[in-house]
Amino acid sequence: MARAAVLGRLTWQLGEVAELIQETPRVSSLVLDVPDWPGHLAGQHVDVRLTAEDGYQAQRSYSIASAPESAQVTLTVERLPDGEVSPYLVGELRTGEKVELRGPIGGYFVWRAGDERPLLLIGGGSGIVPLMAMIRHHAATAAAAPVRLLYSSRSIEDVIYKDELARLTADDTGLAVAHTLTRSQPAGWEGYSRRIDGEMVAEVAWPKKDAPAVFICGPTAFVETASSLLVESGYDPAWIRTERFGATGG
Amino acid sequence: MAFISRGFRGKRRDTASGSRVPPGQHVVDDFPVLSAGPTPRVPLSEWSFSIVGELDEPKTWTWDEFRRLPSETVSVDIHCVTKWSKLDTSWTGVSVETILEGVETAADYAVAYCDGGYTTNLPVDDLRGRQAWIAFEYDGQPLDPEHGGPARLLVPHLYLWKSAKWVRGISLQAEDEPGFWESNGYHNRGDPWREQRYWGD
Ligand SMILES: Cc1cc2nc3c(=O)[nH]c(=O)nc-3n(C[C@H](O)[C@H](O)[C@H](O)COP(=O)(O)OP(=O)(O)OC[C@H]3O[C@@H](n4cnc5c(N)ncnc54)[C@H](O)[C@@H]3O)c2cc1C
Repeated sequence: MARAAVLGRLTWQLGEVAELIQETPRVSSLVLDVPDWPGHLAGQHVDVRLTAEDGYQAQRSYSIASAPESAQVTLTVERLPDGEVSPYLVGELRTGEKVELRGPIGGYFVWRAGDERPLLLIGGGSGIVPLMAMIRHHAATAAAAPVRLLYSSRSIEDVIYKDELARLTADDTGLAVAHTLTRSQPAGWEGYSRRIDGEMVAEVAWPKKDAPAVFICGPTAFVETASSLLVESGYDPAWIRTERFGATGG
Repeated sequence: MAFISRGFRGKRRDTASGSRVPPGQHVVDDFPVLSAGPTPRVPLSEWSFSIVGELDEPKTWTWDEFRRLPSETVSVDIHCVTKWSKLDTSWTGVSVETILEGVETAADYAVAYCDGGYTTNLPVDDLRGRQAWIAFEYDGQPLDPEHGGPARLLVPHLYLWKSAKWVRGISLQAEDEPGFWESNGYHNRGDPWREQRYWGD
């Protein structure tokens, strides 16, 4: 497992849905058995291809949420009501059914447990998915690097992996999580309650003297804001890797 | 034979323009952004564009000199490897053909290099013949930094990662040298019509 980033030719394979986990009202995880999975790195993605009876096809990219150490491949997908592919993956596809995918793809937005620099992860909405693979990889390998996650969601109901993040924080794995809820907050909320800004970043981010490794993922505007704030605060752009989820809303 | 996904019909929003959409792509109306790091910002007074490598003498243009080169406005379809295509996009720029005018070189390969350290490699033939531009306007407006402003390479017949944002120059080379995404699992040439997305496609 976790052998290489991309091995030669990427062919289409069938993954069987072993389990469906509803993470939030709009987001589900698909736990897939992929028989010839070559292994992946934390942060990589797959391409999913759907084919209709008449041959019409649609393809989209989805980040891998599971750690390289996991035997199964987990995707976590947000259902966009008017979308073409996501409402099929979250809503139509059932346990025991199969879906075509190929991967792993991408050798840049990846984190390896051997990297001992302090790690700063900044995620907006479903942008948490590849960051979660890194967090799970970190926990599975008991990696040395301390990790801080700044995670922006609309409301408490929209926080993906809420319980697992709380558990990993409590377990003293070296993970600290700061949540911000941008639209609504439950009574007694003690996290941030606004869109990511300079003050928040200054409070959560590692001081620049620590020369951290930074991964930022989410909608384009979110990634632009977060990465600009870090560069303005003196971070070297070379420390920062970004992934933008393109046409997704949110 | 592809596997049939039970119950999948698809939206088929773009059937009218089907012949203009490469395999595995779908048409979008907005303009998604994709880059590997933060958006660099360079003042125009410090900006320059250069041709370096296998030629008698490197050439450099300041922003003002560059803007005095003959430019043209083109309407092209663009295709991103993340599966979206955008039709009839309008760009203004200087064709690489114009920039290479009078340049004597035996180089077969080129590497475009950029602020932020991004590089991408192309055969020189893909840059010549008025099919590649250094674009500085999108839809009649100065190019947004997010989309590569002040200037980006535009090579619409290849996947959009070849259209390097924040481009600052082209290095002409005898040998092919994989660029940033090309070293990270993406195809060396990236022809969308042959669906050359990844290594081995
Ligand atoms: C590297 C990468 C990793 C990703 N990882 C994840 C992930 O882990 N989880 C995740 O949930 N997503 C992820 N995405 C996003 C994902 O690939 C899809 O873009 C997303 O699921 C939406 O696809 P869709 O087919 O459901 O929607 P689409 O059909 O693509 O539509 C997207 C939105 O645009 C609107 N729209 C598009 N075209 C039109 C049109 N012509 N007319 C009207 N409306 C239109 C739709 O209504 C919808 O709201 C990732 C993207 C990339 C590039």
